[in-house]
Amino acid sequence: MDIKTLYLVVPMAPLAGAVVAGLFGKLIGRTGAHLVTILGVLVAFLASLLIFQDVLAGHTFNGAIYTWLTSGNLSLEIGFLIDRLTVVMMLVVTFVSLMVHIYTIGYMADDPGYQRFFSYIALFTFSMLMLVMSNNFLQLFFGWEAVGLVSYLLIGFWFTRESAIYANLKAFMVNRVGDFGFLLGIALIMAWFGSLDYQQVFQMAPQMAGHTISLIDGHPWSLLTVICVLLFIGAMGKSAQFPLHVWLPDSMEGPTPISALIHAATMVTAGIFMVARMSPLFELSDTSLSFVMIIGAITALFMGFLGMIQNDIKRVIAYSTLSQLGYMTVALGASAYSAAIFHLMTHAFFKALLFLGAGSVIMGMHHDQDIRNMGGLKKYMPITWLTMLIGSLALIGTPGFSGFYSKDSIIEAVQASHLWGSGFAAFAVTASVFVTAFYSFRLYFLVFHGKERFHNAHAEHDHGEEGDSQGHHGAPHESPWVVTVPLVLLAIPSIYAGWPYIEPMLYGGFFGSAIYIDALAHPAMAELGAEFHGPAAMALSALTTLPFWLAVAGVATAYYLYMVRKDLPEKIKEKAGIVYAILDDKYGFDRFNDWFFAGGARLLGGKLWRWGDVAAIDGVLVNGSARLVGQIARISRYLQSGYIYHYAFAMIIGVALLATWFV
Amino acid sequence: MTSISSDFVTALPEIGLLAVACVVLLVEAYNQSRAAVYLLTLTGLLLTAALVVFTGAGVPVLAFNGLYVDDPMGEVLKLLTCFSAIAAVIYSRQFLTDRKMLSGDYLGLLLFAVLGMLVMISANHFLTLYLGLELLSLALYAMVAMERDSARATEAAMKYFVLGALASGLLLYGMSLIYGLTGSLELGKVAEALHFNVKSEIVLAFGLVFIVAGLGFKLGAAPFHMWAPDVYHGAPAAVTLFVGTAPKLAAFAFAMRILVDGLQPAHGDWQQMLAVMAVASLAIGNIAAIAQTNIKRMLAYSTVSHMGFLLLGMMTGSLAGYSAAMFYAVTYVLMSLGGFGMVTYLSRTGAEAENLDDFKGLNAHHPWLAAIMAMVMMSMAGLPPFVGFYAKLTVLQALVGAGWIGLAVVAVLFSLIGAFFYLRVVWLMYFDTPPAESPVYGQHAGDAVMLLSVNGLAILLLGILPQTLLTLCALAVQMSLR
Repeated sequence: MDIKTLYLVVPMAPLAGAVVAGLFGKLIGRTGAHLVTILGVLVAFLASLLIFQDVLAGHTFNGAIYTWLTSGNLSLEIGFLIDRLTVVMMLVVTFVSLMVHIYTIGYMADDPGYQRFFSYIALFTFSMLMLVMSNNFLQLFFGWEAVGLVSYLLIGFWFTRESAIYANLKAFMVNRVGDFGFLLGIALIMAWFGSLDYQQVFQMAPQMAGHTISLIDGHPWSLLTVICVLLFIGAMGKSAQFPLHVWLPDSMEGPTPISALIHAATMVTAGIFMVARMSPLFELSDTSLSFVMIIGAITALFMGFLGMIQNDIKRVIAYSTLSQLGYMTVALGASAYSAAIFHLMTHAFFKALLFLGAGSVIMGMHHDQDIRNMGGLKKYMPITWLTMLIGSLALIGTPGFSGFYSKDSIIEAVQASHLWGSGFAAFAVTASVFVTAFYSFRLYFLVFHGKERFHNAHAEHDHGEEGDSQGHHGAPHESPWVVTVPLVLLAIPSIYAGWPYIEPMLYGGFFGSAIYIDALAHPAMAELGAEFHGPAAMALSALTTLPFWLAVAGVATAYYLYMVRKDLPEKIKEKAGIVYAILDDKYGFDRFNDWFFAGGARLLGGKLWRWGDVAAIDGVLVNGSARLVGQIARISRYLQSGYIYHYAFAMIIGVALLATWFV
Repeated sequence: MTSISSDFVTALPEIGLLAVACVVLLVEAYNQSRAAVYLLTLTGLLLTAALVVFTGAGVPVLAFNGLYVDDPMGEVLKLLTCFSAIAAVIYSRQFLTDRKMLSGDYLGLLLFAVLGMLVMISANHFLTLYLGLELLSLALYAMVAMERDSARATEAAMKYFVLGALASGLLLYGMSLIYGLTGSLELGKVAEALHFNVKSEIVLAFGLVFIVAGLGFKLGAAPFHMWAPDVYHGAPAAVTLFVGTAPKLAAFAFAMRILVDGLQPAHGDWQQMLAVMAVASLAIGNIAAIAQTNIKRMLAYSTVSHMGFLLLGMMTGSLAGYSAAMFYAVTYVLMSLGGFGMVTYLSRTGAEAENLDDFKGLNAHHPWLAAIMAMVMMSMAGLPPFVGFYAKLTVLQALVGAGWIGLAVVAVLFSLIGAFFYLRVVWLMYFDTPPAESPVYGQHAGDAVMLLSVNGLAILLLGILPQTLLTLCALAVQMSLR
């Protein structure tokens, strides 16, 4: 098969699955729907593997597949850029997607929207692939919006729940803010570079480095800084960076497979991928890199704090996702793009694993998500327990696990960075290690160890819950094989994906020309490379570093608080009243947004409606002119008196007027 | 000049129609069969249409020493006049039968009226123009008064007659002034004389004012429109249907003959008079229609506003403007046939479907008829994809092309106001509840429904594919200008 055809197969196979499952869902039934979409994603995965082989052999591709329209010297195309960065993303996306597809068979078994769900996730896979395979900004934006749309649909998948509708609306609106910046950035590129093609833009970028534009008179700003910051605002929306992070925790209203696929492993990393892809632009602007790093650092640390007090199993992992996305962003800011992508990859595996594991727990607990009601599940759900443990160990960066290699590389890269703000970022990512370890193992201990609390809990509040075919009062049970097999398959790369790949990916020039680093200005990665002596040495030397001991301390603290002195957390909570209140309030962002933006918009809208629409447009323009017309109509009706001499008189007057006028 | 026999060949359609009209009167006198006169009338009109096609020369041909002309524009208009009359007869068959009006008297008058129109369309001389006009008018006066027991109809006929006589007087006076100025009654020679030598601008302007006033009356343009609402309202629906359709084609031809063929050199003068009348018509037609509760009156005012548009097309003095005006006239007749045809069709013995309230909830009883009426109304309002949209668009294009952007804006504004009362009918039909005891919906005439369907679909089809008709009008005008 022609390799170009193969490229096309990758996004089209899931799309075909989505269309069939979506349009003919009733016809082909549940089994048909999951078979056809899984087949589509499987084909995409296998094709991605073949392309991976091909790219490793040195065949990259950059070209248009289809020209959409040409206007002047601007041509809008559907094109692919296939290089090493792309294939890594393609493999991650298709693999995780495949796992989630299989898992969904078990998780959504009783849901009436089964076919719709499969159609959506296959559509998501298509959109995400279009995003990562794009060779131009237009297609990137298409994929960007398409994944946003599917995310919106899936957060509100249970559209009869008010909280789900609130959450998907919120996600939609917050992402609009980001997309606004993103679109402005693309527009600026269009205006100054005259092209939307990556390659042309990247080639011209160095010449543009000196350009300034004045957004406010008398204050010239570097063009590239403005472009990069605007593009990054887009990434902040999609990758849920402070202060546009508020939608991600609420997105947990969607079904758990979605939380794993879209809101942890793939879509939210689109922003990270985009910045890495745009490295030739970002490298030219130190200001924007500093901006990226600081935003990432704030997200990494402060979102981690919030994870420490959550009681909903999915929300704990959601805040952990926010924090880890912060790590990736910090890496981008430190010019360690390859480290960011590396962490993106390992994170995709272990975070998908954690979410799917959490889903398995939720199923076992008959759709109860409160970790205070769990405990001792290890006995009932051994596979889930083991895989979740692996995921948690990977997340906190246990030496040897995949997460260790990616995360430690980021911490070191930040320490090696000399940009403004790198000091704060280094502190944030290091401190965050402790936080990560603490909330991860707090979750782990509360769920899998300790006293079995679910007996009481069920008796208390189970009656109002939605129906569950397994019965309410039974003990937790291990999930079916369609659920556990993906867990096991994801656990393998969670352990393994770090060790063999760190050297080629970070230091071996794996990404080649796909990622550009100005080594003179940003030497962090080069310095790291000089100190790197192989994965085994890295794991060993980690035992003597601060991050490792912070992680150990985090685990130990969690053990002490939740296994040994179980009364302490309540006491701490009482003592630290104000701190707890702030954390519980999520720093007040939601309240502020609701009050200022939502309330302000409603107030403004109300005023505009009252004075603009009702008074000016309706009152004066529409109704006023209608009244005027009506009055004239009544007068004209009065003139039509019915007397023939009136009519004749009107005619004579008409003639007289015409005559005097024109003669 | 050609021989006498070829003169007669040129006028064959009119001669044929005259013969048929006489036969209809004879049959009426000796045979009481309604079907016979009805079919004879339709056959006669079809025959006339066929003769128009067969005698068509493709180039302007003068006959009877310049009294008469046969040119492509005239042929197209005559053909459409015949078809319009046929449609009017078929739509009103049941109505006339119910009221015992379907007789040789009525149909004979109708045929003579059509003959008058054909003569007007082919006239090349002030005398023939006036002859045709009076033949048409007298027949129409009588038709309006046909329902002798109805005080309303009699009053309408009386008004129509008196005001018509006044208008004829104005027209004749204008013609006589022009004759005095140019020494000729033949349009071509009038134009020639005006072109080379105008003895008195004042006399010319006076003559023009009176001629334009007479024209305005025939077209129903403001401020000479006041007969129209009363006559349309007072006459039986079948007569309104006839008065409101085919004669407008003749009136358009009449205006083209006098103003373009005869008085083209005075274009600068009559252009402004037409502009004034056009704006007045648009304003009065569209605004007064809003206050009407009677659909026949409403459509009368709507006619006034349509005539404003037609005048706007003519006043540009350009080829594009003339063909736009012709396209508008044809489109107007098509839409009016649908609108008045529906009113006629829905009327039953003793009650006419003439009030807007009668259309309330029509969709519930007769969804297909409601759909046709909705298409007619939306087309009249000028909404795409109906043909009325293109009619307005071509006129506006011609206006803008000739540099009259201000007038185009005024026209658009008034059609915007006008859209209200057309769409109100649609709203009534679809979103209002029908009255408990429906006063209308009497008939069950398959032929009329079928023709109404063709009519409605033609409005839609020509709106989607307007090019053929547009080209036809443009070619006809282009080949007929001298």
